[in-house]
Amino acid sequence: MKLTRLAATFAATMIAAGPTLAETLHFPSLSYRTGPFAAGGIPFADGYSDYLTLINERDGGIGGVPIRQTECETAYNTERGVECYQSIRGDNPLVLQPLSTGITYQLIPRTMEDGIPMHTMGYGRTSAVNGEVFNWTFNYPANYWDGASVIINYLLSENDGSLEGKKIALLYHNSAYGREPIPTLTNLAERHGYELLTIGVDSPGQEQGSQWLQIRRERPDYVVMWGWGVMNPTAIQEAANIRFPMENFIGVWWSGSQQDVRPVGAGAHGYKALAMHGTGTDYPIYEDMQRYVIDTGKYAGTGDEVGTVLYSRGMYAAMLAVEAAKKAQEIHGVAAITPAMMRDGMANLEITEELMAELGLPNFGPAFSVACENHGGSGEAMIQQWDANAGEWNLITDWIAPDREMIMEMAMEDSLAFAAENNMTPACMN
Amino acid sequence: MLYREAGDFKTSYVADNQTFPIKFDRYGYYFILGFAFLVMPLIINDYWANSIVVPFLIYAIAALGLNILIGYCGQLSLGTGAFMAVGAYGSYKLMTAFPELNIVFVIILAGFVTAAVGVLFGLPSLRIKGFYLAVATLAAQFFLIWLFTRTAWFYNYSPTGMISAPERFVFGQAVTGPRASAVSMYMICLVFTVATAWLARNLTRGSLGRQWMAIRDMDIAAEIIGVNPLMAKLTAFAVSSFFVGISGALLFTVYLGAAEAGEAFGIDKSFLVLFMVIIGGLGSIFGAFAGAAFLIIGPVLLKLLLVNGLGWPTDLAAHLEVMIIGALILVFLIVEPHGIAALWRTIKEKLRLWPFPY
Repeated sequence: MKLTRLAATFAATMIAAGPTLAETLHFPSLSYRTGPFAAGGIPFADGYSDYLTLINERDGGIGGVPIRQTECETAYNTERGVECYQSIRGDNPLVLQPLSTGITYQLIPRTMEDGIPMHTMGYGRTSAVNGEVFNWTFNYPANYWDGASVIINYLLSENDGSLEGKKIALLYHNSAYGREPIPTLTNLAERHGYELLTIGVDSPGQEQGSQWLQIRRERPDYVVMWGWGVMNPTAIQEAANIRFPMENFIGVWWSGSQQDVRPVGAGAHGYKALAMHGTGTDYPIYEDMQRYVIDTGKYAGTGDEVGTVLYSRGMYAAMLAVEAAKKAQEIHGVAAITPAMMRDGMANLEITEELMAELGLPNFGPAFSVACENHGGSGEAMIQQWDANAGEWNLITDWIAPDREMIMEMAMEDSLAFAAENNMTPACMN
Repeated sequence: MLYREAGDFKTSYVADNQTFPIKFDRYGYYFILGFAFLVMPLIINDYWANSIVVPFLIYAIAALGLNILIGYCGQLSLGTGAFMAVGAYGSYKLMTAFPELNIVFVIILAGFVTAAVGVLFGLPSLRIKGFYLAVATLAAQFFLIWLFTRTAWFYNYSPTGMISAPERFVFGQAVTGPRASAVSMYMICLVFTVATAWLARNLTRGSLGRQWMAIRDMDIAAEIIGVNPLMAKLTAFAVSSFFVGISGALLFTVYLGAAEAGEAFGIDKSFLVLFMVIIGGLGSIFGAFAGAAFLIIGPVLLKLLLVNGLGWPTDLAAHLEVMIIGALILVFLIVEPHGIAALWRTIKEKLRLWPFPY
């Protein structure tokens, strides 16, 4: 009885805290600042929040309507992610960014039902590029299959256009996330004649002895990694231990941040990773960021992540969300947009190089436009290499395009299978 | 004064042997059942169903199952998470192989599949005891999860290795899939919870339950007085796994909708359910519910209080939550090692004499 009364009190506070009187734009953040993946979750959440704070402080919100931020801790756990979703779904969340492929898979059918847009930037379900099936899910500017294809295209250019007879090992986090690139790499293996070796690492990935023993035995020419959290530094350390040539070790964009290479020290020198956006503080936007957010003490977290790879990614995600909200305001002519209007803004988003420069982020990300048939943007990515002596990531290529034709074909197949499973008729919403 | 047995006369053996011999208890039980079935569906909203009540009901079934094994039969098991995974994957395979089959039967069949697997992994219990048995069931935990992540047949060769529950209906109402309403999800879980609790209560009161308890208290003595340890231990494993399997099937089909063996049914699930049983009270049906309530509702309420109520940062709240729940577990184990159920028993003893204790 005591518990029920206590629960009722909490319910009362919860309901009271829910709807706000003033008109605001609600940008929730499903973050994880605790748990085994916190090292990646904290900088992303900080970057996301800081950019939104900057927009509020400098521009007074989007189109004159202030942004309201809420944060919910998921600890990268799907059950807690679902709980977070339930707690915010009634509060007009404009866009969800769970930063977890597992949670994304949970939320795709629910957001479709509830009409809440979801943006999974560089993660989540790849076949969501087909906007005719996944009306509410967006994964621009790049997805996992793009990433896998970009790596192969880069290796092709390194090997004079042929990977015939080469052996490539995929070291992956044994979860929905890590298994995502396997179909693409298998397809590309048939096309380019390399041998693919898939090696799974069970979450969280601190134990990789047997996997690297296998790599040592099989002697692959290249190792491609789909890792996250503590798995990344462990793998790089193991590679350094067996003296695997670091320049032949390439990670996806989730395996290429400072916290992944720093623990290994000089051994990580030469390690490569994909980059879906620029990094560092050499962008004009950081002047405003310093002035409005950092100097005023309004930054999220402890403020020590500014300029790191994952901070930049969080900031990029927030920037794309804000631009989509602006687009939505423009389309509908209303300042206080709803989640459904936000979806229209995201579905018609256009990012040009001029716009990026105007925002203070010149050449930060690729120029792309979103359409109903393509929720995935351009799919381009760059390759960055770690310089352990200087302690920084250097971009060593320009934007590399993926094999989009093949990816779209595969995505079509997968998304239509999803539509058939759920008795849906693929159609554009606008 | 209110809570006493004096004046509550029984005129038949049936009346004397009923589950709640004291009138106050009985009426309380009827009241709770009536409230759960008639009032809750009218007042429950999505957030309460999805975040608190449905997971509580599902974990209560798992705790009931594990309580039969540990609390009644004295066999320590750390494989609960894997057995829940068996229920989940069993229900997934049945749902996709027989789309016409009603979800209720799917869940019950998944329970039977889990019971069979449980008996298989219960076989070592005939030879080994205590901590050694715990290690053997730990092997089951790792082996089964490994099997479900590595064998593509179990997840129907889906490229990501995730299983997702298709939409299923009971009496024309969707109970699985994103269109399922809070009420229908609540009702199907409630029906299963009440049915399994009723079954567990009556099994433990009958000859089977007495055999289990005899084995728990001293297996050699039990064998001498004619209890067959093979039957007693294996039935305990079967019944326990049946319950755990039902709970896993419900967790996957109704609550999560999509799952992945390593992430949703890892070793931490085994420990979660084990803590529920220990905190709730070993060998008590009420304890299973109390333990599940403590470990499922507690963290959510704490989060609501700290984050939504007081506006604290989410990471601080998450860390505090771990510390507070951990500290509460310690306090409970020190102050009341027999769990919340024992605390409740003490309160009832005191209430019988109230207001004139001698």
